[in-house]
Amino acid sequence: MASMRDIKRRKSSVQSTQQITKAMKLVSTVKLQRAKGRAEKSKTYFNCMYETVVSMLSKAGDINHPYLKASNSPKKAVIVITGSRGLAGGYNSNIIKLVKSNDWNKDDLIIYPVGSKGRDTFARLGYEMGEDYSAAIEEPIYADAMKISSQVLDDFATGKVGEIYVVYTGFKNTVTHIPTRLKLLPIKIEDERSDDDKAVLDFEPETEDAIDLIIPKYITSLIYGAMIEAVASENAARMQAMDNATNNADEIISSLSLLYNRARQSAITQELTEIIAGAQAIS
Amino acid sequence: MAEKFKLTIVTPDREFFNEEADMVEFNTTEGEIGVYAGHAPLTVIVKPGILTITQGETVKNAALHAGFVQILPQEITILAEIIEWPSEIDETRANAAKQRAEERLADHGSNIDIARAEAALMRSIARINAVKLK
Repeated sequence: MASMRDIKRRKSSVQSTQQITKAMKLVSTVKLQRAKGRAEKSKTYFNCMYETVVSMLSKAGDINHPYLKASNSPKKAVIVITGSRGLAGGYNSNIIKLVKSNDWNKDDLIIYPVGSKGRDTFARLGYEMGEDYSAAIEEPIYADAMKISSQVLDDFATGKVGEIYVVYTGFKNTVTHIPTRLKLLPIKIEDERSDDDKAVLDFEPETEDAIDLIIPKYITSLIYGAMIEAVASENAARMQAMDNATNNADEIISSLSLLYNRARQSAITQELTEIIAGAQAIS
Repeated sequence: MAEKFKLTIVTPDREFFNEEADMVEFNTTEGEIGVYAGHAPLTVIVKPGILTITQGETVKNAALHAGFVQILPQEITILAEIIEWPSEIDETRANAAKQRAEERLADHGSNIDIARAEAALMRSIARINAVKLK
């Protein structure tokens, strides 16, 4: 049996770890609340944006706009949104797995990392890397999304890439987060909506020019939305992971306490036996 | 008094404005327009400029920089990427930005992005004007 001192030392080590995990859990709970609030606030914007784009595209019919058809380049730009820190359960590795396990050919991909965990992993695995936007994930602001989207749209316009994807963790609720792959360009026109939409919109300037101007905004808003959801998911994932860690620490502590008390008792019993034996020897 | 319409201004971060209004004016790619209730359905793209909201006697100004506007007869939705009330604008910073953009344009250097400098100039002018109107 381990000595009393060893057990005590181990117990206090687990206790201090537990304090850290507890604190991290509290911090990510607060951050999650904030991220959730932001996601909620931006919803109106995205709904309006989506409606406009859908009605625009359904009206535009079959015009031949570069944003709407795939170019010949086999390259795919993939914006990979991960966290910059670990200790969030499977959050980062699920995203990396999703990128790797796709039907995608490794040589066709250009990774635009948002979040240093993803950046480091894919750089190590030898993927072709695009611009790094890892700083953006700390506190996603719209200007960052604008930068990313203008970069990938540039690459799309110059024919460097033929398709643009974003891979991020969708936030469904606090316990469910879904690693998601979303195709940004070329846009697929969904014919779910008929022409009896609430308004037949006119465009000023002409529809073709409007597409030129509105699609980048649409892409930006999608990227921004993905970043916000990813932040919410990251914090929710970390909260869960830290909650589990705290519970495990509790378990270890209670079993160590049991061991410690047993060791203490047997030490006392042994001392008593020795004293009694000594007294008997004298008398 | 003319009919009122519902004016909603949303940004990715917040709901900027959501009230009834009589008229709204702003700058678009095709020039400045003012919209009353009952306008034909239209979608326009915003250019940096002043947004003026008229509600009866009160007039509110804001600096609107980018986005687009969906106009329906009874409802106008402005999807603004960047919009600020005059009280949120840092005038000294706007002045500095204007100067910088002007210098860059005057400079005609080899590898400056003229479109970007022009956009920056327009944004700073819109900000300065919005502060002055306050």
